[in-house]
Amino acid sequence: MPSANELKERIEQALPGAHVSVDDLTGGGDHFRAEVVSDRFEGLSRIQQHKLIYDVFGAEVGGPIHALSIKTSTPGDGR
Amino acid sequence: MTNDEIRAFIENAIQENRVMLFMKGTPNQPACGFSARAAGALNALGVQYAALDILPDPRIREELSGVSGWPTIPQLFVDGELVGGSDIVIEMFESGELAELLDVEQPQAPAAEDPQPEPPRRPLGLENRLG
Repeated sequence: MPSANELKERIEQALPGAHVSVDDLTGGGDHFRAEVVSDRFEGLSRIQQHKLIYDVFGAEVGGPIHALSIKTSTPGDGR
Repeated sequence: MTNDEIRAFIENAIQENRVMLFMKGTPNQPACGFSARAAGALNALGVQYAALDILPDPRIREELSGVSGWPTIPQLFVDGELVGGSDIVIEMFESGELAELLDVEQPQAPAAEDPQPEPPRRPLGLENRLG
């Protein structure tokens, strides 16, 4: 069962320099919320930004990771 | 129904309906909080939309994700293009971008927290064809 910390580390590995926080929403290891701030998102649409995160986990999303809620922003967004 | 037929049905639904929501459950009885929030945002905007429950057959979700390249449910399409999942839909609803995209007025008091789902005017029934 994946942990919030494991998800955080994997996102950080995929997007070096990103600021990542991951919460386990239910404590059950299957519903997560990830907030990611990365300059890699610069110039990308929201869909492309979220896909970058989904791609880290591939088929695990919808499998062991039932739900992964995502909020993305760039350092320049100031939010 | 073959996988190809399901995929063709999905592609047709995306093309035929300007606002097309794929969700778990129905707008009246959403089967997942994320789907409920996406449907609630559309209801709050008062737009006409079509909704398809992906739960009756696991192949619907497989084929949908194959078409869209998006792994999770719900998925909202507008004008034949994927807008996003529930996070993006809610973000765009709260910022007013969704109202703009759909050519409707942003409601005065955004009430996405506790949406009162209303039935879409044009429900789709793929499940009826899967027996």
